[in-house]
Amino acid sequence: MSAAEMPAARESAAVPVPRVPSPVRSYLRFYASELRLVLFRRRNLLLLAVTAVFPLIIGIALRLAAPQPQGGNGAGVAFFNQLAGNGVFLTFIALSTLLVLVLPVVVAVVAGDSVAGEAGYGTLRYLLAVPAGRTRLLAVKYAVIVTYALCATFIVSAVALAAGAALFPVGPVTLLSGTTVSLPAGLLRLLFVTLYVAAAMAALGAIGLAISTLTEHAIGAIAAIMILVVTSEVVDNVPQLAVVHPYLPTHWWLSFDSLLRAPVDTTALLRGLLSLAVYAVLSGSFAWARFTSADVTS
Amino acid sequence: MTAISTSGLTKRFRGGQLAVDHIDLAVPHGSVYGFLGPNGSGKTTTIRMLLGLAFPTSGSATLLDVPMPDGAARMLHRVGSLVEGPAFYPFLTGADNLARYDAEDSTADPATARARIGAALDRVGLLAAARKRYRNYSLGMKQRLAIAAGLLRPRELIILDEPTNGLDPQGTREVRALIRQIAADGTTVFVSSHLLAEVEQICTHVGVMRTGQLVFQGSLPELRRTGAARVTVQTADPEAAAKVLAGLGLADAQAVVADGAGHGCAEASAMLGDASPEQVCAELVQAGVGVRGFAVASPSLEDLFVGLTGEGFDVSG
Repeated sequence: MSAAEMPAARESAAVPVPRVPSPVRSYLRFYASELRLVLFRRRNLLLLAVTAVFPLIIGIALRLAAPQPQGGNGAGVAFFNQLAGNGVFLTFIALSTLLVLVLPVVVAVVAGDSVAGEAGYGTLRYLLAVPAGRTRLLAVKYAVIVTYALCATFIVSAVALAAGAALFPVGPVTLLSGTTVSLPAGLLRLLFVTLYVAAAMAALGAIGLAISTLTEHAIGAIAAIMILVVTSEVVDNVPQLAVVHPYLPTHWWLSFDSLLRAPVDTTALLRGLLSLAVYAVLSGSFAWARFTSADVTS
Repeated sequence: MTAISTSGLTKRFRGGQLAVDHIDLAVPHGSVYGFLGPNGSGKTTTIRMLLGLAFPTSGSATLLDVPMPDGAARMLHRVGSLVEGPAFYPFLTGADNLARYDAEDSTADPATARARIGAALDRVGLLAAARKRYRNYSLGMKQRLAIAAGLLRPRELIILDEPTNGLDPQGTREVRALIRQIAADGTTVFVSSHLLAEVEQICTHVGVMRTGQLVFQGSLPELRRTGAARVTVQTADPEAAAKVLAGLGLADAQAVVADGAGHGCAEASAMLGDASPEQVCAELVQAGVGVRGFAVASPSLEDLFVGLTGEGFDVSG
């Protein structure tokens, strides 16, 4: 420490606050810092890499099984039959397959870790003393979760599209309703499907954020999110419980197949988006109410 | 003007335990305030409430005249803090960890971030280890990095919770020197410790906690004055000396015959009270008591501190 610096420090202390950045700029800086931290963390990178491998495996496996057009391989998902005719369908197969478990796990890890991880490291008390601001911290954490969910979803689509193009013929897309649209129109629908899946994951991220504010143990939060997802999926498959199905958090996730019909079944799609929005808003409010009123004891 | 003031600040944990019990802190601006007390006496809980991390059960607190915890997000950038040990991401370097905290500060100027981080690391002597991962830091380096985080910007108040915890004597000295430097800049320093000896050389004021209560608050001279001085006379004739002391109206005059036989090393002692030592000494000589040694001793701050906080393990009630 040189003596010359001290008077300088005193001077700037006398000036009230030197050059305060605009709120937008400071939000962006905070967001960029958090995003770098989450995105470049080895564990999270690895998760994205694993996510990218799945569409490849699925594509190769389906190619080796060499399904004949209209082969009728009893798969529950409608688009398996379409794949042999068009590689673009690998994206829909990959998304609907990974949406069951893999994508929720990836999102659960980042969302469950978001607040609980900070509490576990003890960094939460310093973030608040900086001060990051409780509401601001929560908002940035959620923005990063959504960004990560978007990344994961688009990686699945992109890898599946590339693998599909490499392994299968590509051309005009025959929709589930039997209509054929041009390849660009098909790709546009693929974009919307990917966005819908990302929205589902973003809603799950909000639920995860809320759970993450309840504990100091990231692994506990992650497990809780996954238990919630699996429970919801199991209940969704019990016909006797049909009355609660529309209210389950995972029930509308696969409604993106509405986008693959002509005309698009907007009723199911909008109900799905509504359900996602309600879950996101409720969870976000809960997370906010909890996080802005709880003692930080870690 | 006070840098920190609380009124009836109270925290009762959900389990019903009263961690902080109606304390009224008054930390003068520009002071180095030693917040003392044994482990478990409520110091950290108090600091958590001051920083808006925990919400008081009742009572209020203001930091730099801003009410807490409502003003936390508005004013904490004027306060540097170290709470209950350092906490950083182990997989980031020291500099990256500081950059992260700085990025989270909505009022910090990003253009100067790099320079400020360098200066803060330099100040705690960590510049050479700036690119090392936090997980490879020694305990002392971790502690210093946490102090560096508190120094990222010019602060009006620095709150340090047990900054020398786990440090070797060398590290403890370094931290003390750092606190002196910070205080010399005009920054108010609020430093907690369970060891009086660690802070007594740097503090201007102290507050002493015991089982959630503030049992003493004031300047160091004020604390010293609470301890009564005792006069001790070494003499061959302790009985006569004790009689003179009693005759002067000193309380608790007593003769102590040394057990070490043959050394003739006996003493008499009494509380000094308002008497002047010079007068006592003159009276003794006048009365024909041979004075071999004469001493006035106040209890050490350590003794006073232990007297205030209690000794042993019965402190955390």
